[in-house]
Amino acid sequence: MKWFDYAVPQSLAETTHLLSTHPRARPLAGGTDLLVQLRSGAKVTGLVVDVKYVPELNDLSYAPTRGLTLGAAVPCCRIRSDQAVRQAYPALGEVASLLGGTQIQNRASIGGNLCNAAPSADSAPLLIVLRATCRLAGPVGTREIPVEDFCTGPGQSALQSGELLVSFHLPPPPSHFGACYLRFTPRNEMDIAVAGAGAGVELENGTFRSARIALSAVAPTPLFVREAGNWLAGKPANAESINTAAEIAKAAAKPITDMRGTAEYRRHLCAVLTRRALEAAVRRAKEARA
Amino acid sequence: MKTDDYVVVGTRPIRHDGADKVTGRALFGADLQLSGLLDGYVLRSPHAHARIRRIDVSKALAFPGVKAVVTAADLPQCPDRLVDYGEGPMRLRHLRGNILAGDKVLYKGHAVAAVAATSRHVAEEAAGLIEVDYEILPCTLTVVEAMREGAPLLHDDLRTVEFGEETGSVSNVAEHFRHVLGNADQGFAEADVIVEREFHTVTVHQGYLEPQAATALWNNDGRVHIWCSIQGAFWARDAISLILGLPPSRVKVTPMEVGGAFGGKIRVYVEPVAALLSKKAGRPVRIVMPRRDVFEATGPTPGSYTTVKMGARTDGRITAAQAYMAYEAGAYPGAMVGFGAICVFAPYDIPNVVIDGFDVVVNKPSTAPYRAPGATQAAFAAESVVDELAERLGIDPIEFRLKNAAKEGTRRADGPKYPRIGCLEVLEAMKTHPHYTAPLGGPNRGRGVAVGFWFNFTFPASCTISVNADGTVGLIEGSTDLSGTRTSIAMQAAEVLGICAGDVNPTVADTDSIGYTGVTAGSHTTFDSGWAAYEAARDVIRQMKERAALLWGLDPTSIEFAGGAFRAGERALTFKELCARMDETGGPIIGRATVKPASTGGSFAGNIVDVEVDPETGKVSILRITSVQDAGKAIHPGCVEGQMQGGAAQGVGWALNEEYFMGPEGTMLNSSLLDYRTPTSADLPMIETLIVEVPNPDHPFGVRGVGEAPIVAPPAAVANAINRAVGVRLQRLPMNPPAVMEAIWKKKG
Ligand SMILES: Cc1cc2nc3c(=O)[nH]c(=O)nc-3n(C[C@H](O)[C@H](O)[C@H](O)COP(=O)(O)OP(=O)(O)OC[C@H]3O[C@@H](n4cnc5c(N)ncnc54)[C@H](O)[C@@H]3O)c2cc1C
Repeated sequence: MKWFDYAVPQSLAETTHLLSTHPRARPLAGGTDLLVQLRSGAKVTGLVVDVKYVPELNDLSYAPTRGLTLGAAVPCCRIRSDQAVRQAYPALGEVASLLGGTQIQNRASIGGNLCNAAPSADSAPLLIVLRATCRLAGPVGTREIPVEDFCTGPGQSALQSGELLVSFHLPPPPSHFGACYLRFTPRNEMDIAVAGAGAGVELENGTFRSARIALSAVAPTPLFVREAGNWLAGKPANAESINTAAEIAKAAAKPITDMRGTAEYRRHLCAVLTRRALEAAVRRAKEARA
Repeated sequence: MKTDDYVVVGTRPIRHDGADKVTGRALFGADLQLSGLLDGYVLRSPHAHARIRRIDVSKALAFPGVKAVVTAADLPQCPDRLVDYGEGPMRLRHLRGNILAGDKVLYKGHAVAAVAATSRHVAEEAAGLIEVDYEILPCTLTVVEAMREGAPLLHDDLRTVEFGEETGSVSNVAEHFRHVLGNADQGFAEADVIVEREFHTVTVHQGYLEPQAATALWNNDGRVHIWCSIQGAFWARDAISLILGLPPSRVKVTPMEVGGAFGGKIRVYVEPVAALLSKKAGRPVRIVMPRRDVFEATGPTPGSYTTVKMGARTDGRITAAQAYMAYEAGAYPGAMVGFGAICVFAPYDIPNVVIDGFDVVVNKPSTAPYRAPGATQAAFAAESVVDELAERLGIDPIEFRLKNAAKEGTRRADGPKYPRIGCLEVLEAMKTHPHYTAPLGGPNRGRGVAVGFWFNFTFPASCTISVNADGTVGLIEGSTDLSGTRTSIAMQAAEVLGICAGDVNPTVADTDSIGYTGVTAGSHTTFDSGWAAYEAARDVIRQMKERAALLWGLDPTSIEFAGGAFRAGERALTFKELCARMDETGGPIIGRATVKPASTGGSFAGNIVDVEVDPETGKVSILRITSVQDAGKAIHPGCVEGQMQGGAAQGVGWALNEEYFMGPEGTMLNSSLLDYRTPTSADLPMIETLIVEVPNPDHPFGVRGVGEAPIVAPPAAVANAINRAVGVRLQRLPMNPPAVMEAIWKKKG
């Protein structure tokens, strides 16, 4: 690992200033991606900017009317153990305890997961189906974009030079809503998804009022399969509809063959996982309070 | 001493190293602090096969903080010869060549140069400034490819040895040997059913958690002191002295605690490099391998291509067996296929056998032993075929094995006749274990069985015991402790001395402080060093009888020692009481012994495994595993069970997910513990154990080595279980989800 400087800004303004004046600076949240990459030489930087002490990035607050604000640097262990989060967004609590193991969860953030922009990022499909948006701050101000527009390629994001991710906003869950993210890994823990599928559904009298489906690890970016959800809207919440939506998701996947699996196998998994995630989401929606 | 009225042997005292290990006080390879310590970093080849045209280290040497740079040019140059420091004969140029590449690099990760600097990061950055001019050569990565006519040659001077004789033909095949027993053609002619299958296994790593780490100090007087995480201090000393061209007496190796090894820490890697750097820098140098280097440059165990053909009569007797076994040695000869050939049909009494073995070099790291080296690949093939034969004949798989089980007097195809062994007893114990008849309780579930053998090694061992006035003893041994052997060795001394295990204080000594002792490998340590401790304790008792005789004015032959007390008629002194009178009876007492047993007791082990296969993803979940093993006599049953569980866990990893995932240019793409996928505790149920005890007649306590046999059967048992669950036989490891899924698709058409 090469020498680098380390800065610990205490405010958002200070952070964006540092990032915009040092073009190769790298934000550090939990460091569970960044430090590994710096050690292996996959990334090189002269300045690491620790964003964990910026108040806006540590915010975790929920109000039934407003929804959830999730600071980009909040570690998974906080999300996982937050009662309000677990009640309003049980699937989010699950993802926070799915990512890595206990030690990783003590450091790793959802913001870091998304900013790392790996196609396999486990939180991305779920954030997409929960209709989360990203708040970005840069030298010229702040802007909001939907999570599905954040990643632009492997390791590439919509962040402009000097910009950072401040927080996510999740709208309050509608009534009769359920969501679920499932990933497939050969090991039960400590593994990277071969494929993953997130599903969020809103039910109304036994039919889908709306639905969203997103996939991980089967395209250059986390993949929002808008057409699968749109197709489901208005359809009865039964096995036939679910299977068709799973096939639509499968058709949308553009996986590659690599050490984690062949393209064919991954496409197959997309259908299996989408079906299983939809089934779980429907179950949850049926149990959800009005 | 063949009685079962043992007081200490067979109990479960707390391990002597337990508190240090649990509280983090134990000092492992990287933990040594010396003043003036420098950190070293090894530059490794980015190519799997290339000629080194030129190395320019000038920029690295000029980098601030750098104190020394070494390359192969710093190794002593002398004519090649055959050398043997214990592992068997090998070429000195191969031994040295793996430490620092000379004219060619033979695998991605091959060491090329090294830098010592004031910090590891400086050393790493400076290593990046070394300019190496490579002429890239085509590489060959699998045994099947490497054996083909016209395959790229790793060594242009490697002449194939066929049936013991050099043939003069240059190829990647270092050796082809054959074992013949009876007449296989005739045996197959007698068979009613014949099954012949082809098997592939890929390269896997021992997967120890602690990376290799060594600190070296080349003193001004020409003596070299090395502290390292190593399985055998003496083997390391002798290998290092050969590599550095020094007499062994100039090299002192102090073994540190070892954070896992499994055969992968028998050979030296960074030790001689640290020594060369220290010589140049005039300061101690430490090298700790990064995980990537551990994967790319140490271990691994051979990938293999094997065919097995077996025939049996309808009455369930196996009439003939044939195996073709080709193993990947990695960059230098030594694929351990000979061991595989010993084990492939070892559990069975088969009258007609032919085994062909091939030791083949490929452009991958030079392979190293891994628990029962060569046997797991062999058993995966043979035990899959045995299972299929049983299935075809409609005979219960354990019953079928029992009908053919090897016993005392059975001749193995590689020559030896078995002494008393426990193969039948292990199979009987599996058959009557409640696991074997428990309901499976669901669809897509299956139960598989398999057995395995490891012959166990024997090496010389030394031990000294010094008696303390308070009735405790200090025990010095030469076997590094990988698995609690301090305790199993101390217990054998304690049994003889009539004291408790806690009153023996064992220490693993450096190579200047104890007699020669072989490497902690080959499942020999509790057997050999335990035997040395037993003899050293008897030496203590003999001397103490003389002391009692002196006190009582009797002849030493009239003193008896039993039940922890020295007696003559009415008079008695306990061991402790007599220790207190040591000073007045002639001063300190030291017992000592060395042993070099000629034979050793082989060990059989078997597994019952229940799996559930997800038919939609191909993922195999292990629901239940039982490991059964003949330990001869379990000195410390808890330590034996630990070996059985560890072997099963590693065997399952090998079966399901572990693999070197190689890119086409010979780069390992998953050289991290995240991507290598050793099973974690979340992937395994509690592994049940059952120790069978068929005492080894050739050991004072009946010990058989237990460390290796437990890894042999699991992959085959898992494969057999998958077949029972979903009706597909996998003949390629790992049986990972895509592979199982593909097999299911193929079956469905
Ligand atoms: C053992 C292990 C297991 C893992 N398991 C999983 C898993 O199961 N699933 C999974 O998806 N991932 C896994 N990961 C990857 C990693 O832990 C996650 O991606 C994690 O969420 C990253 O968060 P972090 O806070 O540690 O990010 P960091 O490493 O701090 O940052 C990640 C990247 O984002 C940038 N960044 C961080 N914060 C910001 C910000 N606010 N604005 C702009 N850029 C920013 C950094 O510069 C860096 O490039 C694992 C990693 C390890 C080492």
